[in-house]
Amino acid sequence: MLEINNLHASVVDIENSEILKGINLKVGRGEVHAIMGPNGSGKSTLANVLMGRPDYLVTDGDVTLEGESILELRPDQRAHLGMFLAFQYPAEIPGVRPWQFLKAALDSKAESRGEDKMSVRNFSKLFDEKVEAVGINPNLVKRSLNEGFSGGEKKRNEMLQLEVLQPALAILDETDSGLDVDALRIVAEGVNSMRSPERSFIVVTHYQRLLNYITPDVVHILVKGKIVKTGGPELALEVEKDGYQEYLEAAGANA
Amino acid sequence: MTNQNTISRESDLSGGEYKWGFVTDVETDLAPKGLSEDIVRLISTKKEEPEWLLEWRLKAYRHWVELEKSEAEPKWAMIDYPPIDYQDIYYYAAPKGTNEAPKSLDDVDPEMLETFEKLGIPLQERAALAGVAVDAVFDSVSVATTMEKQLGELGIVFCSFSNAVKNHPELVKKYLGSVVPYTDNFFAALNAAVFSDGSFVYIPPGVKCPIELMTYFRINTEGSGQFERTLIVADKGAYVSYLEGCTAPFRKTSQLHAATVELVALDDSEIKYSTIQNWFPGTKDGEGGIYNFVTKRGRADKNAKISWTQVETGSAITWKYPSVILKGDNSVGEFFSVALANNHQQADTGTKMIHIGKNTKSTIVSKGISAGKGSNTYRGQVQIMPGAENAVNHTQCDSLLVGDECGAHTVPYIEVRNPTARLEHEASTSKVSDDQLFYLMARGLSEEEAHHMIITGWSRDVIKELPFEFALEASQLLKVSLEGAVG
Ligand SMILES: Nc1ncnc2c1ncn2[C@@H]1O[C@H](COP(=O)(O)OP(=O)(O)OP(=O)(O)O)[C@@H](O)[C@H]1O
Ligand SMILES: [Mg+2]
Repeated sequence: MLEINNLHASVVDIENSEILKGINLKVGRGEVHAIMGPNGSGKSTLANVLMGRPDYLVTDGDVTLEGESILELRPDQRAHLGMFLAFQYPAEIPGVRPWQFLKAALDSKAESRGEDKMSVRNFSKLFDEKVEAVGINPNLVKRSLNEGFSGGEKKRNEMLQLEVLQPALAILDETDSGLDVDALRIVAEGVNSMRSPERSFIVVTHYQRLLNYITPDVVHILVKGKIVKTGGPELALEVEKDGYQEYLEAAGANA
Repeated sequence: MTNQNTISRESDLSGGEYKWGFVTDVETDLAPKGLSEDIVRLISTKKEEPEWLLEWRLKAYRHWVELEKSEAEPKWAMIDYPPIDYQDIYYYAAPKGTNEAPKSLDDVDPEMLETFEKLGIPLQERAALAGVAVDAVFDSVSVATTMEKQLGELGIVFCSFSNAVKNHPELVKKYLGSVVPYTDNFFAALNAAVFSDGSFVYIPPGVKCPIELMTYFRINTEGSGQFERTLIVADKGAYVSYLEGCTAPFRKTSQLHAATVELVALDDSEIKYSTIQNWFPGTKDGEGGIYNFVTKRGRADKNAKISWTQVETGSAITWKYPSVILKGDNSVGEFFSVALANNHQQADTGTKMIHIGKNTKSTIVSKGISAGKGSNTYRGQVQIMPGAENAVNHTQCDSLLVGDECGAHTVPYIEVRNPTARLEHEASTSKVSDDQLFYLMARGLSEEEAHHMIITGWSRDVIKELPFEFALEASQLLKVSLEGAVG
C-alpha cells in the first residue's frame, strides 16, 4: 500500500536542517506498523511529510501509495486518496463546530470521487453514534473545534474523525499520549475495530502499553531520522526495558 | 448612456470574482452632470415634492457648499483616494418610466425584475413564501415594494421614501433629519440635498412586524452617484427587523455612494438593522469600485434597543460608522460588524455609542479581515455623558490577517464623563495560521475551503446575529470576496 524509499526531508527555508535522513519503510495492505523512538528523532516529521505539510522539503527519495508517487500532491488530495493523520497537536479553529468540519471533510472526499454527499440526516446519525463510541462529551462537540479542549479531549476528537472518515491509511501520531486508561482503551478498540485486510495503520507511540491492546505486525525504531531497527511486537518490549541508549550510541557512531 | 453591453462574470478579465457585475440595459432618465441649486430643484420637481422638503434640501445644499469651500470633506479616516470631482457626477438617474412610482409589480419594467431575479432578490410572489418584504432601489428610484398591502393591514408602512413623502408627509416631516441633521457632516449634507429615493418604514405602537423587511440597492448607470435615504420609525413597543443589500456593476471608474440612514426607536421598541454590503470593490489592481460614504445613526428612547449588524465585503472604500444615541434610560445599543478588505480595498468602519440615559448598555463586536493589499481600520467611539449613571459598554475588536501585505488598525476613542460607567475593551490580532490550514487540508478541504471555514468561523459571533438566509448569503460573500487572496 505505502512505500517509502530513501526519504530525505528538511525544513523549508532552513539550511542544513535535514531531519529525515533516508527512511525506508513498506506498509502492506491490512498491516499495522508501530514507530517508536526518542523525542526529536523525527517521528512527527515523518508523519507530516507523508501527509504533505508544506513546512518540509523532500530533498531525496520517494513515497508511493498504491504504486503512485504522492509527493507532488497537496494534503487535501492525499486525504482524498484515503490518507489520514491523527495529529500529535491538533490545531484550534475558533467558531468552527466539529460537526460542520467533519461534514465538510466527508463531502469534499465524496465530491473528489464523484460520489453523492451523505445526507445531513444520515451524517447526523453517524456522527452521534461515533461521538458516543469514542466517549466524547456531547457538549464538547457543540463548541469550537479543539478550542479549549483538554489534551485528552483533543485526542478523542482525532479518533472521532478517524472513525467517521474511515481512511485507507491512518497515521496516528502519539494519539495515546496524554490519555487516561479508559481513553487509551477506546483508542485501541477504535483501531482494532477498524482493522481490516483493506486498511493499514502507522501508529507512532512512546508506550508499549498501547501495543498491549493493539498488536502491531511490525515495530520500527526511528533514531535521528533513520529507521535503525525493525522487528516484531517483542521489539517494543525490549525498548520499554532497555531504552534507546544503545541505538543512540550506534547512530552517534555512524553520524 | 443606454447601450451598455452586459459584462458577464465569465467575460470579465480583470474584475476578479465579482459576479454581480452585469449592467441592465434600460433607458435612463438622467439629469445633467454636476451639482447646483437647479439640480436640487430639478430632483425635487421630478419627485413632485412639497415645498417644505425642497426648502430643506436647499438649506442642506447651501450648507454643503459652505463645507465644500472650507474643504470640510472628512479627511481623518485611514483611507486614501484621489479627490472626488463633485461636478462630474450624475445626481439623478432614473430608469425611464419610473418617475411615477409603480403601483404594482405589473407596472415594473420586466428588464428590471429580471435584474433583481439575477441578484437573487425575490420580488415576485416568492417574496411572500420567503417571508420577506422587499423594496428595490435601482439607481435612484424605488422600483417595487412587495407585500405593501399585507403589511398595511397591520398599520405598517413600508414603501419608497418618495411614496412616504406623498402618502405620509406628517411622519416624514416629523422624523426626517431628527437623528442625522443635514449639518451632521459633509456627506450627510450632500445626501440631504440630493437624495433621490430610499426606503421608509413605520411600525405603529405595539406592533411586532411579522416578517423581515428588506431593501435592495443597485447602482446601474455609469458615472452616477447614489444617494438613498432611509428612515425607520418604530413607535412605542414596536419591533422590526430590517435588511439592506447592495450591489453594483463592474466598472473601471469609481462611483460615489453617500447614503443616510436614520432610525428612531421610541420607548420600549426594538429595531434590528442588518446590512450585507457588496458594492463593486474595484478590480484586483484597484481600478474602479464604489466609494461608500455612509452616515447611519439611530436614537433609542426609554427601554428601546437598536442593533446594527453589518457584513461589509464590497466597495473600494468604506467609510461608515453606524451609531446609536442611547437617549432613554435603560436603552440598549449593539453593533456587530464583519468588514473585509481584499486586493486594494480600504475599509474604515466602526461605530459610535453615545450614552445619555441612565443604565444604558452598549455592545460592540467588530471583526476586521484584511487580505491582499487591503487595509482595514476599526474606528469606534464610546461616549458616556454626565447623566448616564451606570452605563455599561463592552467592546471587542478582532483583526484577522490573510497574507503579509495587508494592514489592520484599531482606533478606539473613549470619553467617560460619569464615574459610575463600566467599560471593557478587548482587542486581538491574529493570522490564519499554517497549522490551521494544514489541519483542515489534511482532512480533505481545499485551501480555499479551508480559508473560508477559518474565516467564517472566526466571524461567527457576528454572522449568527443575521437572519438565517442572510447568514448563509454572508458566508458565501466572504468566500467569493476572498477568492484570489489565497492559493
Ligand atoms: N518546522 C520545523 N522547524 C524547525 N525544526 C523542526 C521543525 N519540525 C521539526 N523540527 C525539528 O526536527 C526534529 C524532529 O522533530 P519531530 O517533531 O519530528 O520529533 P518527534 O520524533 O516527533 O519527537 P516527539 O517524540 O517529542 O514528538 C526536532 O529536533 C525538531 O525540533
Ligand atoms: Mg512527535
